[in-house]
Formats: sequence, C-alpha cells, structure tokens
Amino acid sequence: MENNYLSYYLLLSALLFSIGLAIVIVKRNIIVVLMGIELMLNAVNLNLVAFSKNDPNLQGQMFALFVMVVAVCEAVVALAITLKAFEHFKTVNLDRINELKK
Amino acid sequence: MINFIFLFFFLLIAISAIVVLWSRNVLYSAFSLLVTFLGISALYVMAGADFVAVTQILIYVGGILVLLIFGVMLTNKGDRKTDDKNDILTESRNRFWGILVAMGLFTLLFYTFSGADFAGIHRQNFGDNEQSLSSVKGVGVQLMTEFVLPFEITGILLMVALIGSAYLASSRKSDD
Repeated sequence: MENNYLSYYLLLSALLFSIGLAIVIVKRNIIVVLMGIELMLNAVNLNLVAFSKNDPNLQGQMFALFVMVVAVCEAVVALAITLKAFEHFKTVNLDRINELKK
Repeated sequence: MINFIFLFFFLLIAISAIVVLWSRNVLYSAFSLLVTFLGISALYVMAGADFVAVTQILIYVGGILVLLIFGVMLTNKGDRKTDDKNDILTESRNRFWGILVAMGLFTLLFYTFSGADFAGIHRQNFGDNEQSLSSVKGVGVQLMTEFVLPFEITGILLMVALIGSAYLASSRKSDD
C-alpha cells in the first residue's frame, strides 16, 4: 500500500504543533498549558507513526511509544508540582506565580 | 471511501484542536482535547499502527486526560462570586504575539516539508515488504530485542516519576 497520505499527516502534525505552541504561549492556566504540551507531543508522535508506515522494523512506532511514556511521567510530575503551587499561592495563574521563595 | 474517512478525522482533529485554543472554559478545552486524542488514534490505525493507537487511547484518554480533569477540579477555588453558572475560565495574555508566533512556525514547517521530496524515501527503503495485519507482534519482538535497554530504562523512569510525584504531592506541614 502506498503511503499516499504522508503529506497530509505532516500537514496535520504541523497544525497541531502550532496550536499547541499557541496554547502554551497564550493561556495562563497551568492545566491548559499542560494540555498544550500534550498536544505538541501528540503532533510529534503523529509524525513518527506516519513515517514508520510500511517500515518492517517499526522504529517510528517504538519511538512513539517511548514518547508516550515520557509524556505520562511529565504530566504526573507537573500535576504534583501544580498541586503544591496551588497550595502555596492559592492560584494557578502563571502570571501570579512569580516568586521562588517568600 | 478511505479518503472520506481520512478527511473526516483530519477535520475533526483540526477543529477540536482549534477549539482547545479558542475556548475560555477549561473543561471545554479538556473535552475537545479528548476528541483530538481519539481522532489521532484513528489516524494511527489508518497508518497501520494499531498497537500505538490502542496505547494512545489507554494512556492519553484514560490516563493523562483524567489526570488533567482531576487537576482542574483540585485547583479550583471555591470562593468565586456566585454566578448562576460555575464555569472555570482561563485567562489569556499576549494573544496577538502568541498566535503570530504559532502561525509563523506553521508557515515555516509547511514551507519546509512542501519543498521536500518524500517520494524517493518509501520507494527506496520500504519497498515491497508484505504488510502484516497487526503490528503487535512486531512491537513485542522489537521491545525484547533491539529496544530492550530503553524499555528497562523506561521502567526506572516510571518508578522515579511515581516516587517523585508522591513525595511532591504529599502534605507535609512540619517544614514549610
């Protein structure tokens, strides 16, 4: 089967990465910024899987799986830090979390 | 037929990702992120990566998204002014420059891969191998042979993340 859709996968991946970047820049809620990061990681995964089509060694898919595992670790640790920051600052607005130590 | 299905999921992913960016309500963003993840897993299936698709649903939809919604609920102040609607809104800043940078990046990426020649790649390397029906066996064999060291390191990474997040999120009142 020909890999006809590769350019469309790349187009969608670029679109998702750009939207994720815009979310990270624009939004001020920590949780929404995390959503943007997950979107960017998903865009990269889409690229890897699209290129690994018809590859007998499945290297792109393996890398996508490892990216997923690292994304899980990142989300878990970021959420724990978010909970502690909320406990301390009583807000999740990134503009108001601006000091390291009181 | 397959073109229409691909186009459907393409538009579904694009629209729901734009909704994540557009919406001010955090929970609307989370639910349209759910639609995005499901559509991406459908595209994984169409790229012949069924194991990755199932893993995507399990990890992203079942794990990360639930975790994010828990985060929304746990970091929600209750002392807001009592409207009839209790929306959880997010503020946004430097909207113009953010969108501009994102569109610039998209233009750069689009310019890059529209000038590249991918036709030679898969004709050269991925010539005429028989496409097996499922990629699960291949993924398992690769995990146990070529990628066994990253696989084990992944286990260590998961344990470090588990211990670290449990330590961070535990409530210690003694030292502050």
